[in-house]
Amino acid sequence: MASSSTSKYNSHSLENESIKRTSRDGVTRDLSEAIPRLPGETLITDKEVIYICPFNGPIKGRVYITNYRLYLRSLEMDMRNLRFALKQEGHSRRDMFEILTRYAFPLAHSLPLFAFLNEEKFNVDGWTVYNPVEEYRRQGLPNHHWRITFINKCYELCDTYPALLVVPYRASDDDLRRVATFRSRNRIPVLSWIHPENKTVIVRCSQPLVGMSGKRNKDDEKYLDIIRETNRQISKLTIYDARPSVNAVANKATGGGYESDDVYHNAELFFLDIHNIHVMRESLKKVKDIVYPNVEESHWLSSLESTHWLEHIKLVLTGAIQVADKVSSGKSSVLVHCSDGWDRTAQLTSLAMLMLDSFYRSIEGFEILVQKEWISFGHKFSSRIGHGDKNHTDADRSPIFLQFIDCVWQMSKQFPTAFEFNERFLIIILDHLYSCRFGTFLFNCESARERQQVTERTVSLWSLINSNKEKFKNPFYTKEINRVLYPVASMRHLELWVNYYIRWNPRIKQQQPNPVEQRYMELLALRDEYIKRLEELQLANSTKLSEPPTSPSSPSQMMPHVQTHF
Amino acid sequence: MLGKGVVGGGGGTKAPKPSFVSYVRPEEIHTNEKEVTEKEVTLHLLPGEQLLCEASTVLKYVQEDSCQHGVYGRLVCTDFKIAFLGDDESALDNDETQFKNKVIGENDITLHCVDQIYGVFDEKKKTLFGQLKKYPEKLIIHCKDLRVFHFCLRYTKEEEVKRIVSGIIHHTQAPKLLKRLFLFSYATATQNNTAADPKNHTVMFDTLKDWCWELERTKGNMKYKAVSVNEGYKVCERLPAYFVVPTPLAEEDVQRFQGHGIPIWCWSCHNGSALLKMSALPKEQDDGILQIQKSFLDGIYKTIHRPPYEIVKTEDLSGNFLSLQEIQTAYSKFKQLFLIDNSTEFWDTDIKWFSLLESSSWLDIIRRCLKKAIEITECMEAQNMNILLLEENASDLCCLISSLVQVMMDPHCRTRIGFQSLVQKEWVMGGHCFLDRCNHLRQSDKEEHQRQLSLPLTQSKSSPKRGFFREETDHLIKNLLGKRISKLINSSDELQDNFREFYDSWHSKPTDYHGLLLPHIEGPEIRVWAQRYLRWIPEAQILGGGTVATMSKLLEMMEEVQSLQEKIDERHHSQEDPQAEPPCLLRNSARLSSLFPFALLQRHSSKPILPTSGWKALGDEEDLAKREDEFVDLGDV
Repeated sequence: MASSSTSKYNSHSLENESIKRTSRDGVTRDLSEAIPRLPGETLITDKEVIYICPFNGPIKGRVYITNYRLYLRSLEMDMRNLRFALKQEGHSRRDMFEILTRYAFPLAHSLPLFAFLNEEKFNVDGWTVYNPVEEYRRQGLPNHHWRITFINKCYELCDTYPALLVVPYRASDDDLRRVATFRSRNRIPVLSWIHPENKTVIVRCSQPLVGMSGKRNKDDEKYLDIIRETNRQISKLTIYDARPSVNAVANKATGGGYESDDVYHNAELFFLDIHNIHVMRESLKKVKDIVYPNVEESHWLSSLESTHWLEHIKLVLTGAIQVADKVSSGKSSVLVHCSDGWDRTAQLTSLAMLMLDSFYRSIEGFEILVQKEWISFGHKFSSRIGHGDKNHTDADRSPIFLQFIDCVWQMSKQFPTAFEFNERFLIIILDHLYSCRFGTFLFNCESARERQQVTERTVSLWSLINSNKEKFKNPFYTKEINRVLYPVASMRHLELWVNYYIRWNPRIKQQQPNPVEQRYMELLALRDEYIKRLEELQLANSTKLSEPPTSPSSPSQMMPHVQTHF
Repeated sequence: MLGKGVVGGGGGTKAPKPSFVSYVRPEEIHTNEKEVTEKEVTLHLLPGEQLLCEASTVLKYVQEDSCQHGVYGRLVCTDFKIAFLGDDESALDNDETQFKNKVIGENDITLHCVDQIYGVFDEKKKTLFGQLKKYPEKLIIHCKDLRVFHFCLRYTKEEEVKRIVSGIIHHTQAPKLLKRLFLFSYATATQNNTAADPKNHTVMFDTLKDWCWELERTKGNMKYKAVSVNEGYKVCERLPAYFVVPTPLAEEDVQRFQGHGIPIWCWSCHNGSALLKMSALPKEQDDGILQIQKSFLDGIYKTIHRPPYEIVKTEDLSGNFLSLQEIQTAYSKFKQLFLIDNSTEFWDTDIKWFSLLESSSWLDIIRRCLKKAIEITECMEAQNMNILLLEENASDLCCLISSLVQVMMDPHCRTRIGFQSLVQKEWVMGGHCFLDRCNHLRQSDKEEHQRQLSLPLTQSKSSPKRGFFREETDHLIKNLLGKRISKLINSSDELQDNFREFYDSWHSKPTDYHGLLLPHIEGPEIRVWAQRYLRWIPEAQILGGGTVATMSKLLEMMEEVQSLQEKIDERHHSQEDPQAEPPCLLRNSARLSSLFPFALLQRHSSKPILPTSGWKALGDEEDLAKREDEFVDLGDV
């Protein structure tokens, strides 16, 4: 949805509009007026084509290629394939194709990503949304048991971790260095979240490097015990290994593994059976197959089941619920890892934090959560999405972040009053996950981003969102502090996110806006109007006490109008 | 808490699967004398209701957070219901009791609501019927409203067990005489007051006046007239005493085939086209009789088919559409998915939920019903055609389809009064055989006959999908109606296109909720009606969530607006400070469950519900599953 200027949201109007426009443009020569352009966006070429629309058949039109988008549609992967027919005119077909591949996959052609050319200006700077020190302070950190360390200031300890880490007070920087040797890619256990009352914590890391020979590391063992001891009441530290146990065992062959209980006496290990990035990638591909271009009709439910997509969602949510429940009940602190601790681990910690901490359910809170658990802790966005890279079969690609957002959507469906943001907010995040218009999701880790000076040279997605917050607000939002949300991870309640996955199909159109929301907005407006009128009346009464009111629309006139609403 | 044996272990982990798992072991139950004495809960009897038998010290299982509690109480059976009188209701506070059913309590099962009774003998679950040689330790009752009750009889005296079990079996299974149905003794014991103004009350359609009122409301009185030819059911017992036919139709024609072959008016569209239904003429082999039937029908058709002024299209529902048997089979499979005995069963079925749903075909049937209704709506609204629904007795699928069409086309039918009147008009007066379809008299030979017909109607309110089915030419119709009409039936391709265009164009425009309303019928849009089907299943409850969360926000806002309105009014009239806030209905929505107010059952703790069964095999993806996420560089190990 590269071309979505955010004001036009509805997929259909978008689709149609662009089609209409381009066919008109076939006649007009002046192109500068014809297509919306972002500051910094330049037109590379344009051509008359026939767009083979899977829903409406072939449509004559004109295609524009800029350094940001293909107008008459799209960049990468949001459930659409675009097929164009080009008239044979010398070598023009090849030219078009070459230009398109150059600009769609700039990195393969040593061109910059559009985010570095984008000259958009917003009145809010999204890069200031997340400040780790402030966020940890909000959580009450540092405290007696937890300290902030700058050991990774220059990314020497771990090049995929953020510069600032929160670790047990009793563990010295040397301890940390020794632990790092025993954790895959040096991703040592560090604090993600602390419970404000019972002080149990969520700690994240990568797998221990146990290997086939069953290696041990005293420092790692001691370190986990120190983590456990930050809370005196706890006899055992709970470790959630996100992987299926067979995979964890298999990972020993490549040097990885898990914390066995005969070595880690004070820990209890559970496997959460969440599958790896390859399984998730294939699962999403299957989802695409059943919804594009036509929605599988005759056996919709069994085809949906055969994608396993919702089953994966169920397992991820189930895992996060368990993490949240352990911490919330005060029974134990929790350590979460998978293999490297940047995919499934990020999903689990961030979802558990969303369940536990209502702050993350606000717009800014959620931005901070994404910025913290995903971006700063080195979820490999660049590899998982393949920004600007032409190798679409790359085994590194996987919709892990999309899956997380889908889980959030499922939660917001089940708790429609608990989130400050609406569905549109989640969709725009996903749109710009792929668009490369903003620097937010570029690169794999903080150190790479720093090298590329992303915050100086690109715009943040949060600038766009926060400068126009109203559009992303859920009118039903009721702020509730300290309420833990446990979604029901049952297939009976999980749904395919139609408004995202099938939004391009004109046949599948959800009621927008939903009638209950519409009614609520009407009532809100009515309430505001009444409050205003009441204030006016009070004012009028205090000035002319004896005179009867002469307001143009008396409440008795309002009554019947309101009654139809009820 | 009184008489509660709290027992852990929701039992998701047990590997062998007996048909019934006992969660409460005798030693775990407090047998302290004081506790066992039940708190006296009085049995509430309706006027005319009689207590038949009872048993004390019965333990009812209450599921909570995958543990089960036992609650002691008295199990009674009256000529109206089975009731458990225990203590577990006291836990409910005001919020919840506000929405209590005043006639049927939380622990009441009306005799006609019982679907299936099981006994548990030595951990084995068996269906109970007829005379029993041995009496079960436990009684499991599956209700038609999908509740499941577990009663333990282990601590009950033997004679009492015999009496209550055989009493319940007898009163819920033995054939019944019509006059013995409870409603008759209830009716004699209570006063009946009748309603008056059709604008504010359900229209009963039992008088000529009611039909005239409906004709006038829909402006059908130009072409249709109400007739009293069947007064006293002289012509036909199936038909109501009063009904509506085309104005030119002669009353003698109604008598000719005892009401068969007569187009009976259901509803008129604003553009004058009408929805009609007709019960088929008896099937005949004899050419002579067929000839007579044909010419009779030709004459009849002229009253509703007068091109170019009026065109009729016939929809043969007994030939080309769903069969009643199909609907019944689908529903029996479907409801089984919701009659869940315990947590283990819930999570075991959860993994294959979608394929289980699909194999029941219930949602597909819903879709086909909706689609048929949209097709008819298209013909009436866009093509100005009269529609004649044809069915053997015009009292099953005719009721279903005609009421669906009216719900879509007539906003009045979407009001409470309007909907009740619609049910009265199309189903009650329309002669739907509720007694047979629901098998109220339990005639085993008739085996529960296609009883769920009215359900598609109630379900269809949610949302919808598509599924094309060919409209084949029915030979019978061809014979009966002559070529001219069968031509209309034949042009299915054209119809399909018209349907698509109509459907797509309606959905591409903003919705007017007070006008024509078409449901979505695409696959992902037809979903289980969770509020009905999942309402008794504790595992499926979302604590503090679900649609009730937004609905209660909406209600709060409505209250606020109303009170502001009152304040403004008072300012105008008396210029005094307004009174205190009106009482609030649904405060604290965080505590309400997603099933509120349809089920009173509440989870009292805020512990999460965790799936107990794991992962289903990935099949062809096993090799992918084994792969490493990343290439692990062994160099730095």
